Amino acid sequence: MSYTENDFTLAELCIAAASEIFRDETDEVFATLIGTLPKIAGYLAKATFKPGMMMSDGIYYLAAEPVPVGPRGDYQVKAEGRIGYERVFTIVAKGNRHAFVGPVQVDRFGQMNLSCIGEYAAPKVTMLGVRGLPGNTVNNRTSMFFASHNKRALVANEVDMVSGAGYNPARYPGGKYPKGLDHRQIITNLCVLDFEGPDHAIRVRSLHPGVSFDEVQDNTGFDLIRPDDLGETAPPTQAQLDIISKFDPHDIRAYIFKDNPPGRRAA
Amino acid sequence: MSHSVLDKRMSVADIVGDLESGMTVGIGGWGARQKPMALIREIVKSDLQDLTIVSYGGCDVGMLASARKIKKLVFSFVSLDAIPLESHFRRARSAGEFEVMEVDEGMFQLGLKAAAQNLDFLPCVAGLGTDVMTYNPGIKTIQSPYSDEHYVAMPAINLDVALCHVTEADQRGNSHIGGPDMFFDEWFCRAAKKAYLTCERIVETSAFNDDHKILRMPIERNLVTGVAEVPFGAHPTSSGPDYGFDVPHLKAYSAIAKEGWDGYVSEFVEADDYVSKVGGADHIRSLPLPAF
Repeated sequence: MSYTENDFTLAELCIAAASEIFRDETDEVFATLIGTLPKIAGYLAKATFKPGMMMSDGIYYLAAEPVPVGPRGDYQVKAEGRIGYERVFTIVAKGNRHAFVGPVQVDRFGQMNLSCIGEYAAPKVTMLGVRGLPGNTVNNRTSMFFASHNKRALVANEVDMVSGAGYNPARYPGGKYPKGLDHRQIITNLCVLDFEGPDHAIRVRSLHPGVSFDEVQDNTGFDLIRPDDLGETAPPTQAQLDIISKFDPHDIRAYIFKDNPPGRRAA
Repeated sequence: MSHSVLDKRMSVADIVGDLESGMTVGIGGWGARQKPMALIREIVKSDLQDLTIVSYGGCDVGMLASARKIKKLVFSFVSLDAIPLESHFRRARSAGEFEVMEVDEGMFQLGLKAAAQNLDFLPCVAGLGTDVMTYNPGIKTIQSPYSDEHYVAMPAINLDVALCHVTEADQRGNSHIGGPDMFFDEWFCRAAKKAYLTCERIVETSAFNDDHKILRMPIERNLVTGVAEVPFGAHPTSSGPDYGFDVPHLKAYSAIAKEGWDGYVSEFVEADDYVSKVGGADHIRSLPLPAF
């Protein structure tokens, strides 16, 4: 597969954009990457500008180099340590970790839901459970990925079950945010969002090529901040695309978005 | 069912015979990994009821839910790993068939660790700002006696019984977990009044006189009340390094959450020879270890 400057998929655009969430990270941050896009994005960051980043093999070992996504064939994990769940929770509590996760809902406070939808005692939809989101969100840097940017995912009011904490002062003793609460960015199929508005309000950071602010706002259940200098999400470079292919040799990224659309919409 | 202090061998039926309705039962392992499934199947067959189940949940929770054994579930997630959502748990939870105490994964282990140290609680930040606090009004916050910081006071999760599956054990109750992650089996055992282990193999105590094995022996024998030798006793979950989880079996199991549970019970849970029924020893040994 070869690419030209204008030939990249939406998945590749989002992976390159998402790698940027690690730009300001500590040199040896422990990144937890949940799902295909977060994994490849983290790998790209490690390969291009954050060589000291630590990550797991997804099971138990600290991997000295990223483990390619998809079927591994003869590939053997190159372990540089161990990272069982008990140690993960110790690291979470200390804080030098960035969790890049895919919740089902997020609200204007950055509160996330991974548990259930509807009445709590007998939910209309039961999902995974809160998992580690409560701990991640008050101790670690948090970024999110949504494959479908719509009002069911980016909801009006609060999410159905607040599994991951956010910038909602009403929910904290004395209205004071925990020291470790630090939401960074949200990557979606339409844009990149961040929490750099007033009092951590969610702001559009960049629009994917061909997407308007109005389209993003119309598909969001809460008001978004529009910065004066709002620009376009940077396209991936050829060097980035080559690295992405190396870490995703079976093109698993083609299944991140329905029908694997191009990175630039047809006019 | 008598056994001497240093001969703790029991059958799976004897272990489940020691349990009582209404007990709080902790189950080791994680998701679809290292679950004491032979014991779970025995509970499904028993007349036990109204159990409080404490688990980093997988098909242990799903099967006990479909068998209507659960009064209350203490959990952070229920998942089959390769199959992210557990269909039996989802059906039962959405039907409101049991109460829940849903907490963060880190809070969960602190609850076990508090119980293990005879403490009422251990403090953490996790839980603040979430509906974990809304739906668990029994979980309180405290102000630090040293600063103005507020913490969640995660209450002890005291267990009547812990059930875990290990790789090897001796008749004294020493045990070795051969899989890469030992998960929280140690803390389930420490949080419980009694702990019971199933193992792939009963070995001589001398087998543990080994510097490498000793690093994976987190449960000292005086925590253990009984040990049962059950080869492939974690199937359809994994028991590293001997076998991975059985994805085709878990898929078939997942498909019968709404209709067909009784058939699963008669075909597999009540099978005279479970290992043959699910494809035989060679098939289970060939199941690849989890990789994500």
